[in-house]
Amino acid sequence: MADDTKKVINSLKETGFFKQKRLYDRGKVIIGIIIFLALLSFPLFYNMGKAAKAPEPEINTPAIQRLPETERVCVEPKSYMKDNHMKLLNEWRDQVVREGKRDYVGFNNKKYTISLQNTCMECHSNYDNFCNKCHTYSGITPYCWTCHLNKPEEWAAGKQ
Amino acid sequence: MDINRREFLKIAGASTAIGLLGGWKAVELLAPGDVEAKYLQNPKVLTAKRWAMVVDMKKMNQETAKNCIEACHRIHNVPDIGDSKREIKWIWLEPFENAFPGQHQEHLAEQLTGQSFIVMCNHCDNPPCVRVCPTKATWKREDGIIMMDQHRCIGCRFCMAACPFGSRSFNWMDPRPFIKKRSPDYPTREKGVVEKCNFCAERLAKGQMPACVEASNGALIFGDMGDPGSEPRKILHTHYTLTRKTHLGTNPQVYYLV
Amino acid sequence: MFEKALVGDRKYWGLIIALLAIVGIGFIIYLWQLKVGLKITGMSRDVSWGFYIAQFTYLVGIAASAVMVVLPYYLHDYKAFGRITVLGEFLAVAAVTMCGLFIIVDLGKPMRLANIALHPTLNSVMFWDMIVLNMYLLLNITIGWAVLEAERNEAPPPKWVKPLIYLSIPWAPCIHIVTAFLYSGIPGRGFWLTAIMAPRFLSSAFASGPALLILLALLIRKFSKFDPGREQIQTLAKIVTYCIIINVLFFLFEVFTVFYSQIPEHMHHFEYLFFGIEGYGKLVPWMWISFIGMTIAGISLAIPRIRRNETTLAIGCALVIVTTWIDKGLGLITGGFVPNPFDRITEYWPTVPETLIALGVWAVGFLILSILYKIAVSVKEEIMT
Repeated sequence: MADDTKKVINSLKETGFFKQKRLYDRGKVIIGIIIFLALLSFPLFYNMGKAAKAPEPEINTPAIQRLPETERVCVEPKSYMKDNHMKLLNEWRDQVVREGKRDYVGFNNKKYTISLQNTCMECHSNYDNFCNKCHTYSGITPYCWTCHLNKPEEWAAGKQ
Repeated sequence: MDINRREFLKIAGASTAIGLLGGWKAVELLAPGDVEAKYLQNPKVLTAKRWAMVVDMKKMNQETAKNCIEACHRIHNVPDIGDSKREIKWIWLEPFENAFPGQHQEHLAEQLTGQSFIVMCNHCDNPPCVRVCPTKATWKREDGIIMMDQHRCIGCRFCMAACPFGSRSFNWMDPRPFIKKRSPDYPTREKGVVEKCNFCAERLAKGQMPACVEASNGALIFGDMGDPGSEPRKILHTHYTLTRKTHLGTNPQVYYLV
Repeated sequence: MFEKALVGDRKYWGLIIALLAIVGIGFIIYLWQLKVGLKITGMSRDVSWGFYIAQFTYLVGIAASAVMVVLPYYLHDYKAFGRITVLGEFLAVAAVTMCGLFIIVDLGKPMRLANIALHPTLNSVMFWDMIVLNMYLLLNITIGWAVLEAERNEAPPPKWVKPLIYLSIPWAPCIHIVTAFLYSGIPGRGFWLTAIMAPRFLSSAFASGPALLILLALLIRKFSKFDPGREQIQTLAKIVTYCIIINVLFFLFEVFTVFYSQIPEHMHHFEYLFFGIEGYGKLVPWMWISFIGMTIAGISLAIPRIRRNETTLAIGCALVIVTTWIDKGLGLITGGFVPNPFDRITEYWPTVPETLIALGVWAVGFLILSILYKIAVSVKEEIMT
């Protein structure tokens, strides 16, 4: 294998590939490279010195406040939910719609009805200050909310 | 070892492809076991071998029908588009000659003329809509209900072409502005997906009868065709019933007692 | 070889820019459709497929017609077609691309297109349609490019091309048969539930495709130094003639079955299309123009003197293209949906935004066609010298 590489390099040497002294259209090429590097590094320089605050979703909704402190838990531990709520919601979707299983046994062996709009949003009814805080920060737009209501009490009352 | 560049590239490419495929499959197989134990059915769930509905046209009058339609469309956030070309309807009324085209006789029995028949998805036992769906976004459940998964639907509308009964509606635009009072019992839908009556699968799962059946004051009889002692079976055993476009062989499970 | 598409005279670049402009307009309107939904089209709950799917259906036919050039050359050693197989294959590439794009613009949720691949459903004809169309696209671009490149280097094509070519020959009618099966297996639509749907699709395709190829060949002869050949054009003309006559005959067979049996469910659709029902008759003049036009084209082209004169031949071909387009691109879809399953009538006509999006997709196809033909013709000019 090394012999082949040597052969390739030698044949390139013979054609004078490594001896080229002229960079054709040198001016345009160098300007182009500079513009490219400038564009590439623009985000870095633009945001230099500004610290973008990490998002802090708020969990002090009325529904959560009503619960005694020891019972303020989600269906799974907070760390798991932070990392995996998307995966969990996907699983929930398939289990409910396609398998017909609508009850979920949480990590504390408590049973929950699987429903984004009626279970999750029941406690986390502050969609804008909870879900949206991280989603806006990361620049993602999940489209759950075009179907799943995010303020069940308000909808039931006929508002929005 | 004497190998030329072309052969090397072929071997490298093949090994990478096999490696990636094998690696991916290995990860899938070895991944920690799944979550079956965590998902349960509600203990109150109503089950059946084959759900079906009998419409007793003697008890179904205009007022009752209106109640049934209103109950269904309210609970499921069915929008009121107002334009007959784009309307969305899960359950509605049709005169005899439109609900049963091809069955029309010139001198039809008086009880059938003018009367409006309540129509909905027939949850056929041999559904052409399920046959044509390219993504299994609509499928036949074990208990016979023809389900819709609006998360998977790509909006190709093949199912709408295939349904011989015109039971399906498409969201030509965002339906939310057209929903007067939103119900938290069921999500709304997005533009671009198909929807239809689902025999209230979400209510059956909690032990409740379909909304239209509850509102029908006995005019709609819902039960298990697989249970010889069920109400619908008893009715079918003693009365002749009509089904829509029977000759097409889709085996519709909505029976009309005239 | 792609560099051949980057050099051209004023007319070439004018064409490219004009097509790009039409694509641009269509694209912007499509963005609007993505934002507000398919309500900007003329489709409805009753006529849930419309102009987009109709164009798709017509273009699958055009794509399949490449086989009419490939089969005689490779299976029966008809050497004359050797000059133009690449033109047929490149036309197929442009046509199939348009097919895919028309499906995409018709979908309610195009971002979920991958679901067809992620959840393969073997009982769905649409699933198979996606597979065969994409495979056909790959086949034709690979074969056309490889053969053209070999021609340019004045060497025989590489050995692996042959089995691909032999595969593409039955594959071509397959794509159109599968597309016909989208319609002809549906129990509730009497207009489409006929065994002759697939044969009629094929006869219409093998008339319109070669007709388009003839017109393109005449244009190539006019605007370049490459002459596809008089004999080639004449053979294609014979194919067009026979196929358009067969197409009319198939239609008349349908008319017989439907009206002699007097079954209302089947008659009503023909009555709507050709006579109108209860005052609804938007398509009536179009359908008559289509079938009378097809008949005139068939009879005229059957006369050798008319077929041999390339001017009258061109007129005949244009007539074939327009009439088959009306048949598939306007009549087929609407006819299936009207009257609806409740025996009621909701008419359909494409809206302006819908038409502009459709034109945008046609422009993409013609853009691809122009580029590929520029390459092919330039290569042929190069080896001529």
